[in-house]
Amino acid sequence: MALDFDLIVIGSGPGGYTAAIRAAQLGMKTAIVERELLGGICLNWGCIPTKALLKSGEIFETMNHAADYGLIAEKPTYDFAKVIDRSRKVAKQLNGGVGFLMKKNKIEVIEGVARMEKGDPAPKVVVDLRAGGSRTLQCKYVILATGARAKEIPAIGLVGDGDRIWTYRDAMTPKAHPASLLVIGSGAIGLEFASFYRALGSNVTVIEALDRILPVEDEEISAAAQKALEKRGIKFRISAKVTKLAKSKDGVTVTLDASGKSETLEAERAIVAVGIDANIEKLGLDTLGVKIDRGHVVTDPHCATNVKGLYAIGDVAGPPWLAHKASHEGVHCVEHIAGKAGPPIKAPIPGCTYTTPQVASIGLTETQAKKDGRKVKVGRFPFRANGKAIASNETEGFVKTIFDEQTGALLGAHMIGGEVTEMIQGFALAMTLEATEAEIMATVFPHPTMSEAMHEASLDAYGIVLNT
Amino acid sequence: MTDILMPALSPTMEEGTLSKWHVKEGDTVSAGDVIAEIETDKATMEVEAVDEGVIEAILVKDGTEGVKVNTPIARLKDEGGASAPAKPPAEAPKASESKSAAAEPAAKAPPTEAPKPAPQAAAKADGARVFASPLARRLAEQKGIDLSAVRGSGPHGRIVQADVDAAKPGQASAKSGATDFAKAPPAQVKSLESLGIAPGSYDLIPLDGMRRTIAKRLTESFRDIPHFPLSIDLEIDRLLDARARINAALEKQGVKVSVNDLLIKASAAALKAVPEANASFSPEGIAMHHHADIAVAVAIEGGLITPIIREAENRTLADISKAMKDLAERARSRKLKPEEFQGGTFSLSNLGMFGIKNFSSIINEPQGCILSVGAGEKRPVVHGDQLAIATVMSVTLTCDHRVVDGATGARWVQAFKGFVEDPITLLA
Repeated sequence: MALDFDLIVIGSGPGGYTAAIRAAQLGMKTAIVERELLGGICLNWGCIPTKALLKSGEIFETMNHAADYGLIAEKPTYDFAKVIDRSRKVAKQLNGGVGFLMKKNKIEVIEGVARMEKGDPAPKVVVDLRAGGSRTLQCKYVILATGARAKEIPAIGLVGDGDRIWTYRDAMTPKAHPASLLVIGSGAIGLEFASFYRALGSNVTVIEALDRILPVEDEEISAAAQKALEKRGIKFRISAKVTKLAKSKDGVTVTLDASGKSETLEAERAIVAVGIDANIEKLGLDTLGVKIDRGHVVTDPHCATNVKGLYAIGDVAGPPWLAHKASHEGVHCVEHIAGKAGPPIKAPIPGCTYTTPQVASIGLTETQAKKDGRKVKVGRFPFRANGKAIASNETEGFVKTIFDEQTGALLGAHMIGGEVTEMIQGFALAMTLEATEAEIMATVFPHPTMSEAMHEASLDAYGIVLNT
Repeated sequence: MTDILMPALSPTMEEGTLSKWHVKEGDTVSAGDVIAEIETDKATMEVEAVDEGVIEAILVKDGTEGVKVNTPIARLKDEGGASAPAKPPAEAPKASESKSAAAEPAAKAPPTEAPKPAPQAAAKADGARVFASPLARRLAEQKGIDLSAVRGSGPHGRIVQADVDAAKPGQASAKSGATDFAKAPPAQVKSLESLGIAPGSYDLIPLDGMRRTIAKRLTESFRDIPHFPLSIDLEIDRLLDARARINAALEKQGVKVSVNDLLIKASAAALKAVPEANASFSPEGIAMHHHADIAVAVAIEGGLITPIIREAENRTLADISKAMKDLAERARSRKLKPEEFQGGTFSLSNLGMFGIKNFSSIINEPQGCILSVGAGEKRPVVHGDQLAIATVMSVTLTCDHRVVDGATGARWVQAFKGFVEDPITLLA
């Protein structure tokens, strides 16, 4: 039977569309199926539009502190609809950009909802077209890149209603900003919305079931982040488990179990940010016998599933649920299919949270490193001792480095402060190249930059810090 | 009990053939006893027992090929409790003073005293730079692993942490060694069958260490080095005359200088006159050798080997002649020590005795040049406008263009021609 394509990618998020481009570069006849908007959640409802919102919030916060810089901004205010509108325009621009990239790479975009049936040499892809009708396609390889969505827990009312109980998606396009807001979950998504709405003046309370916010980060970072955000007026309820979320007369009521004691909090709106669920439904995975573990498709180091010809990348294939992990896997997967892949991905994956101040990290936390049985050397450097940070009025936060005492390998790096998300790639490069403390120390960091704190934190781990 | 481990007889040895046991199970051995013979790339060496004891078990049989360095080959039951395994012959470089304690498995053995790779510039045996991550270098240093024997799995074959973790101290990684040759990327060896030779229509002689080394090194050299030849004719009547007079003088000493010995001397003199030709390419720069260490190709059963006349520029003809005779004899019986055939700066290959008129050899890495010598024969020559008869020998200098450019090579050939055609100038 004639094949329609070499490769069909299901889902056009950062993993899917990147995989499609790489496949086209390698000469594969490629199609991509998208049920909604090209670019997926990342471009349309996630990473990018939230950064637009946060930028507005950050500038507004700076305007409120104009006097710190010797500037005068009298009674700064904002037009909420325009803030939202700017975010949507940014998303739209990038969505168009993906369309252009598909066209440029001669990738056929099939708009519709895909499911799979048994086929050979790969599962058949049946697309219910948005325009009506359906297409059944046979190709050599299928890459599943369907992503994930906000986790909802109906039993306790953690379900978005599009009105007062929001998921990230609703939180991005409200008509007005709420006077008070409950954020359930203190991961990156929850805290970024908390940061944005707080900057615009909402009364924000973040609820976290674990004993610290940003639970995946190093403990010192969690503590510093909480302090910095509290300083900005965000309230935290940690070690507090939500037992019920319900609409009240005017807003929402959340019932908490905090160390055995039950209490309730009221607010106008609530955001459910308790994690994500992979999109594995209605794809025909059962029929094909695709192996699933804890709600995610099981893959090997080259992103292959247990079904011949079927691969899975990004959120649907498991954590960390990050766009850059998805795109990296997408490229590796396609190169593997083409027989051009290098060794499996081993590089550590950085994580970024765009609150004010920002948080960025890579590798092991101090606790994880010690739990691994390693002896570590830990260095720290505060931005208040960094010239550029002082000049920029960004003295909050610090850089923390963790080295293996025996080998000098950089095991992890953790940062909180201004623009640290732009700096973490320095440590990512160092770790990917397997640098030791010697190479990091030997690297010339430009002055004056906040990145000098990365150098100093590495020197500090070995007791030779210069500027504190 | 102590495991006797396969010793590394040279710093670059990865594996060898256990050609012969001199002891059997139950034999009592004492320190210094020769217990086995090992055939490496180019030499056969004896393994001596370091301590006394009874051979409890022979773990690797006679004639086993491709035995990796540090593999247990026999087990020694020690008499007094304390013991140590066999050590390599005293003259071999101390690549592996195998000190693994009795109870410890090989993987946990204390690092062998393999030559510590310089953290910055580990180099393969052939001088090529080893690409390894900083962490891999440090781990290798800490674990006593020779990075030149580790196969890299990172981008562009770079050695990364995982590769060093997988390698055992003093040992090549499992993936390198025997498969190295077959895996050298562009030199894909096709099966005979795929090339239309029916199985059963031939006898297969297994590759021994020397054949493997020849195949590997010459393939790499011919593939990776930009070779170019420079040929010239030499009139050697005066050289032959000089040789006769020299031999008459040396007769009492029992020394008989060959034409080849004279060519070794002339090569050394030419290298001194044109030192740019006595050089090796390395990624860090061009190595200008201090001495003319002339490697001379000697055909031996099953292959060839290139024993070296060290500092040939400083040695007398009689000395060169005696040394060459000794080296060639020991080469034929495969008794050369590694340092006697590794590390020359220039090679000479002579096929004149077979009547070969002219040929161009493959460079012996990392040397910059190799001289191929053809047969001396009477040929018509033109002197002035007169036709004459002279004994003429054609030689070809093959150069590594990365080191020696055409004009440099030509200057060397000119100098060599001068010394050969007027051998008295060798005294200058």
